[in-house]
Amino acid sequence: MQALALAVTLVVMVLGAFILTALRVWWFAPLASNWASMDNLIIISLVLCGAAFIIINLFIAYTLYAHHSERGRKAFFFVDNPRLEWNLIWFTGLGIVLLLAPGLYFYAQVINPPKSPYVVEVLTQQWLWSYRYPGKDGVLGPADVKNYTAANPFGVNAEAPASRDDVPALGGPLYLPLGRPVLLRMRSNDVLHSFYVPEFRMKMDIVPGMVTQMWFTPTKTGTFQVICAELCGVGHYNMVGQVVVVEPDEFERWLEQRPTVAQTLQPTGNAQR
Amino acid sequence: MAHSHPGYHDHHIGPEPQSWWTKYVFSQDHKVIAFQYVLTALFVGAVGMGLSWLMRLQLGFPGKVELINPTVYYQAVTQHGMIMVIYLLTALLLGGFGNFLVPLMLGARDMAFPFVNMLSFWAYFLSVVVLLASFFVPGGATGAGWTLYPPQSILKGTPGSDWGIILMLVSLLLFIVAATMGGLNYVTTVLQLRTKGMTLMRMPLAVWGIFVATVLALLAFPALFVGGVMLLLDRTVGSSFFLPAIVQFGQQLPREGGSPLLFQHLFWYFGHPEVYIVILPAMGIVSELIAVHSRKPIFGYPMMVLSIVVIGALSFIVWAHHMYTSGMNPYFGFLFAVTTLIVAIPSAVKVYNWVLTLWRGNIHLTTPMLFAIAFLNTFLIGGLTGLLLGNVIIDFPLQDTYFVVAHFHMVMGVAAIVAIFGGIYHWFPKATGRMMNETLGKVHFWITFVGTYAMFLPMHHIGLTGVPRRYFGFENLQFIPESVRDLNVFITVVALIVGAGQLVFAYNLVHSIFWGKKVGDNPWRAATLEWQTPTPPPHGNWGDQPPPPVYRWAYDYSVPGEKEDFIPQTRPQVTAGAGGGGE
Amino acid sequence: MPQVKEREGSGIVRGRGGGGNGGGNEPGGLEAFPVPTARLGLWIFMAVATVLFSALVSAYLVRMNLPDWKSLSEPGLLGLNTALLALASLFLQRAAWASRRYDLGATRRNLQLGGLLGFAFVAGQLLAWSQFQAMGYFLVSNPSASFFYLMTALHGLHLLGGLVAWGVVGSRVPPSALSVQLCTTYWHFLLLVWLVLYGLLLLT
Repeated sequence: MQALALAVTLVVMVLGAFILTALRVWWFAPLASNWASMDNLIIISLVLCGAAFIIINLFIAYTLYAHHSERGRKAFFFVDNPRLEWNLIWFTGLGIVLLLAPGLYFYAQVINPPKSPYVVEVLTQQWLWSYRYPGKDGVLGPADVKNYTAANPFGVNAEAPASRDDVPALGGPLYLPLGRPVLLRMRSNDVLHSFYVPEFRMKMDIVPGMVTQMWFTPTKTGTFQVICAELCGVGHYNMVGQVVVVEPDEFERWLEQRPTVAQTLQPTGNAQR
Repeated sequence: MAHSHPGYHDHHIGPEPQSWWTKYVFSQDHKVIAFQYVLTALFVGAVGMGLSWLMRLQLGFPGKVELINPTVYYQAVTQHGMIMVIYLLTALLLGGFGNFLVPLMLGARDMAFPFVNMLSFWAYFLSVVVLLASFFVPGGATGAGWTLYPPQSILKGTPGSDWGIILMLVSLLLFIVAATMGGLNYVTTVLQLRTKGMTLMRMPLAVWGIFVATVLALLAFPALFVGGVMLLLDRTVGSSFFLPAIVQFGQQLPREGGSPLLFQHLFWYFGHPEVYIVILPAMGIVSELIAVHSRKPIFGYPMMVLSIVVIGALSFIVWAHHMYTSGMNPYFGFLFAVTTLIVAIPSAVKVYNWVLTLWRGNIHLTTPMLFAIAFLNTFLIGGLTGLLLGNVIIDFPLQDTYFVVAHFHMVMGVAAIVAIFGGIYHWFPKATGRMMNETLGKVHFWITFVGTYAMFLPMHHIGLTGVPRRYFGFENLQFIPESVRDLNVFITVVALIVGAGQLVFAYNLVHSIFWGKKVGDNPWRAATLEWQTPTPPPHGNWGDQPPPPVYRWAYDYSVPGEKEDFIPQTRPQVTAGAGGGGE
Repeated sequence: MPQVKEREGSGIVRGRGGGGNGGGNEPGGLEAFPVPTARLGLWIFMAVATVLFSALVSAYLVRMNLPDWKSLSEPGLLGLNTALLALASLFLQRAAWASRRYDLGATRRNLQLGGLLGFAFVAGQLLAWSQFQAMGYFLVSNPSASFFYLMTALHGLHLLGGLVAWGVVGSRVPPSALSVQLCTTYWHFLLLVWLVLYGLLLLT
């Protein structure tokens, strides 16, 4: 009776997991970047791992029901079967290779940004997302947290010519052109944060004292949210910014209207906004 | 045949203590120390569970409970994780089960260094006191997350960065001292104090699991110790081991040049083996339960031992899979993804072998066995989702979402705790001479098993939608479907029920200590050594006799041609094999 | 000893070399390593301490490659302290040899000298700290200085632990030969660790 109940429970659990996944009641946020490979690999993994989960659990359920204790029953004295064990090991190893091979193949793409991406700087502080776009020259000027002043939150070196035409956007939003690979170079003024837009899939920590980077290509116009994915203090859950993906010409128009570093910041350091 | 030649190291332990203090408080008897560890860990675990209720109340019914603000929430998140991983699971499995089982299962009179063993418990006790005290200092306990990542863990803007973090680190250092003193004992005892005939390859798998886990603990905790001391110095005297130049809330901090990633490496060099420190003893315990209660020898014993050792060895070269998105050199990702997924092979071997042990057994669905089945199920699902997270590219979308939360709760939270429950139900009669109530045990099992599955299975799906973990509220996040909020209500309600269900266990435990049904020395008819001595075991475990020699492995169940369905390890081969190898 | 037939069916012929199997085991066998339990415990402890100092050294090597690192000039006293610690090791080694000869007087004499030199080393390290501060290196002036204090402190704490053990061993009359030898082993270990740390400090 109890054995039957447990076996049925296991079957129901397996069914529940299967149905929840197959119906996609809760599923990925709609993809808006080039990283379809991540979604596909998750699905492949779910299928392979799900198969293992289902088979093993059904086997356990059957065993519990069929071989539970009853009068006169004696267990089968079964100590070893190296051949069976090695077969299972090879079989598992094959599954691992099936998961790893595509995983590492696509990982190589993740860590190798394409040539001449559009570079944007992400700057974080508790609890705000800010961005800096290269200006006309297409180069981000040097910046360091040590140059920080209230008027110069990015710590840009305002003397450097490359910096003067940079376009800062304190507090965002992050405007991006559709269809062009974007490389985010990310710095933090204070603590660890992590850049995460669920629709873009990619995620990377932002570490004070170093520059981290990630790349993706936006494939859908629209407004998305960038959220912090590394616990960064009491305001962590409120560290939500906006990403706006627009057509390239609209992006150019937007960028031109923005004040540059030279306009927002006097080289003499006179603090004014 | 059991001649009384003293074993190579039949070490003589002191006389039985007479005073109440030396018998029950400052005891050097490994069994008493085990009970001290178990009770302290269960107590602090109850605190940890209470904290999880706070979290779940906020997630299920945001804003409805006024007590919970972001500060309290993050303190609860942090302390829940820290308490459960370190102060409950590690302490209970190594300090509790390790202390109780190792000498009894190996035929030793006590641990190798009983005095150090006693110090170990009291250092642990002190670490728990310091930990709990951190709730009551100005600013409260730390809310930096259990990983304590700098810089935030020691800067304002994070709850408890005044005193909470200091006490947290001091408590961890004390715990490491305790774990090291205990670990020295377990390892030395396993290596030196086995009874005659107890070769390494005759040791029960529970001892193997505890032994390898202890070796891991000894080799992993020092990294956390170093990281902890350095972080403590960064916090208290203002050094810059981990802190780079920082501008916080508009102010330049007087720090320079440190590396936050350095701490992460030190932390996870400890943190990943820590996972196996918890799960290997649980695996060992489950192996015992499955063999005994299905009346069948463990399948593929050599492979089981090998897989424990291999998992332990691999655990030191996978740590950076916790850091795929940390900004470390991305080429590490290739290496660590490969090593991580290789761990799946020995882990899978263990699952196969447990399942094959069940197969065609004579399965008694006692409470310990039920919990062992629960372990199989939860470890399986948690292990499989680990394959996703370990595969570096899939980790990008899933890292720091609820998928991770669901994964580690399944694989080392629920799995380890159900193994502990199973172990307690199983060895309770050995420790006390009384059974725990089976009916209550089964009620406890069904609530726990079905409940935790109902909580954590849908949590994977919340993670797939991209919902980040460690969020106090999701009101601002537009991408989350409304149904996730309903799901969170459901999970919270189930969590409250499961939590309340643990009261059944608490009642059963306390009640059975005094009024449980009395049983004989070997109620489960088990073959291992601990059941072959009087119950409860006397001081010195084996009375005036030398510890009994061992003549066979630990799993001679249902041997063909035998009248009984088990043969104790102490029975000589000669009589058993008199009729030849009857197959 | 009767010939013991292993049950073939039970598949448990797992013992090696015929030892530790069957009834009528010979003592020894595979139940334990042929070293005293206390010595094995000490080795395991030294393994743990080795991991501790390795983690520290690794952190040092990582941190020293970051741009704000400044090399130190070590206080000259460290050389003298190193010699003191080496001498302590030497006298303890003599104590260990004496204990093997059951030469109680020499054992005690050398043991006492070794321990006193250990104390002298600790005092010397404290002096070195104040010399170091006089040179303008404080705990937080540079990570290299922080590491210097941290390394010497952790090493010193291990040595103080050893001195407690030394006190316990020395207060027993007569001191057990094994304890004296274990003290010696531990002192050698601490000397080795110190040489590695000192070398690291000198080289960088």
